[in-house]
Amino acid sequence: METLMSLLVGLFFTIGTYLILSKNLLRIILGTSIITHGVHLLILTMGGLKNGGPPLLGESFAAFTDSLPQALILTSIVINFAVTALFLVLSYRAYKALGTVDVEQLREVDNE
Amino acid sequence: MNNLVILPVIIPIIAGLLMVIFRKNIGFHRWAGILALFSLLLVSLLLIFQIDSSGIQTLQAGGWKAPYGISFAADMFAALLLLCTSVVALLCFLYAFRTIGREREEHYFYPLFLFLIAGVNGSFLTGDLFHLFVCFEVMLIASYVLISLGGTRVQLRESLKYILVNVVSSSLFLVAVAYLYALTGTLNLAHLSVVVAEIGQDGLMTTVALLFLLVFSIKAALFLFFWLPESYSAPPAVVAAVFAALLTKVGIYTIFRMFTLIFYHEPQITHQLIGVLGAVTMVLGACGAAAFSDMKKILTYNVIVGAGFVIAGLASFTVDGMTGSVFYLVHDILVKALIFLLGGAIIRLTGTSKLNEMSGLIRNHPYLGWLFFTAALALAGIPPLSGFLGKIFITKGAFQSEYYWLGAVGLASSLMVLYSLMKVFMNVFWGETTMSKGMEKGSIKGLMFPISGLTVLSVLLGIGAEVILPYIRLAAETLLAPSLYIEAVLGLGD
Repeated sequence: METLMSLLVGLFFTIGTYLILSKNLLRIILGTSIITHGVHLLILTMGGLKNGGPPLLGESFAAFTDSLPQALILTSIVINFAVTALFLVLSYRAYKALGTVDVEQLREVDNE
Repeated sequence: MNNLVILPVIIPIIAGLLMVIFRKNIGFHRWAGILALFSLLLVSLLLIFQIDSSGIQTLQAGGWKAPYGISFAADMFAALLLLCTSVVALLCFLYAFRTIGREREEHYFYPLFLFLIAGVNGSFLTGDLFHLFVCFEVMLIASYVLISLGGTRVQLRESLKYILVNVVSSSLFLVAVAYLYALTGTLNLAHLSVVVAEIGQDGLMTTVALLFLLVFSIKAALFLFFWLPESYSAPPAVVAAVFAALLTKVGIYTIFRMFTLIFYHEPQITHQLIGVLGAVTMVLGACGAAAFSDMKKILTYNVIVGAGFVIAGLASFTVDGMTGSVFYLVHDILVKALIFLLGGAIIRLTGTSKLNEMSGLIRNHPYLGWLFFTAALALAGIPPLSGFLGKIFITKGAFQSEYYWLGAVGLASSLMVLYSLMKVFMNVFWGETTMSKGMEKGSIKGLMFPISGLTVLSVLLGIGAEVILPYIRLAAETLLAPSLYIEAVLGLGD
């Protein structure tokens, strides 16, 4: 299962990197989002996949699943959500002000 | 347990939230901001005295015992940086009153400024790796908005690049955190240090350490500074000053923390690489500073040189080198803010940042001219100003650990820094006075107070080094003795 997850994480990173290297701003933003999702899966895998019961008092399992990675992912999802929202709004604003979402053309915007 | 440790994070957040509630009342924003930043100053002074008398101060959030909860720890290094942060933040805040403009004030400039400070302080104080990530994000999200606030075309373009670079590096940060968690099973910095010492820093662990170095190098503008010159040229002068003084320093601080507390077992790999990165950074930054004839570019490249210099002290890994680094870091925060504020004042007068379009300002603004001269000398490290001692100690440390090339590169880059700033000084202040008072684009009335304040502090830091040096040395010695930090956070019983 861990191997499968690792491959999936690799796939996410590949797609994300491909999108970030494209010229369209929207694709770039989606690329960062996909990479972050890859990172979340990585944290989950690294913390050890399900290998015990839920870590609750009163349950009688021999082993408990580590709940910390899930807490980390939850925090990270919230942060990623906020950043992506801000990034999208800013790119929309940039599109209205600069008239393009092509990064090649953004480079030519004069410095005034 | 000491509740004082959390105040530098809470005070700016509460003040910022109150400002958001009373958004129409700009007068309230200003007074609340001054009050909050001034109390930060007092808290950090108090922390310094407590640490001096009774060692590292810690706080376990919610009473959860380390390593299960989130720990906060203030050692002398963090407390000194807190003090500098609050001084620079307060003076930049005052500078913003006259320069930032009504439009930005009404669109949450002051709350964002305070959130940024909260993130910076949180990064200095936290004792938990994931919480460090969260503090970084608080700081970065505030900086994303500050860099784009105002919405000029250049700002929008640069903020897009800035956000992209930082989002990607934050993802890499999390990747490194995930790997480290898989290897050690903990995220508390003190506990990490214990575990890494126990299981040994093998090849895998060193790789993770290098991944962390990569992430923090992007934030600290160490070698991977490709994004910095453009981004820091775009926003208004006061925002650029705060970024230059504080944001890159947070990256440097975390490099120091990680590589003195956790990954200190393989210095011939990690610290040598850090030294090489520092040297390359200094060379490239100095070339950039000498090559450009645009004042904003010259100043931003000087930020890069400074980052390389501080890191050189870490690479030497001796008490002298560390003392120099901490001293230089304190000096650099003050003087970088000062030189950016001065640059902002000059651009405000002339309406341009191109050196060949201005000359002879000294006739109408002698005070501004001599302050710039003093700041330039301090930055280059001319005695008795504040840069001198830091450079002496860093060079001494580099020679002690036989990194002769590193010391040589540092000294050569200081000359280049002096050259680049003298180029600015001679072009802007000397020569024929082409602009009469009436032709000036803006007034610098009221800007002189924060600028003079920072200059006085820089001179005092140089002259009064005897008084400050014991604290700096304590900070350096604590950095080199990780067991002190571990005992303070985990408790003696563990």
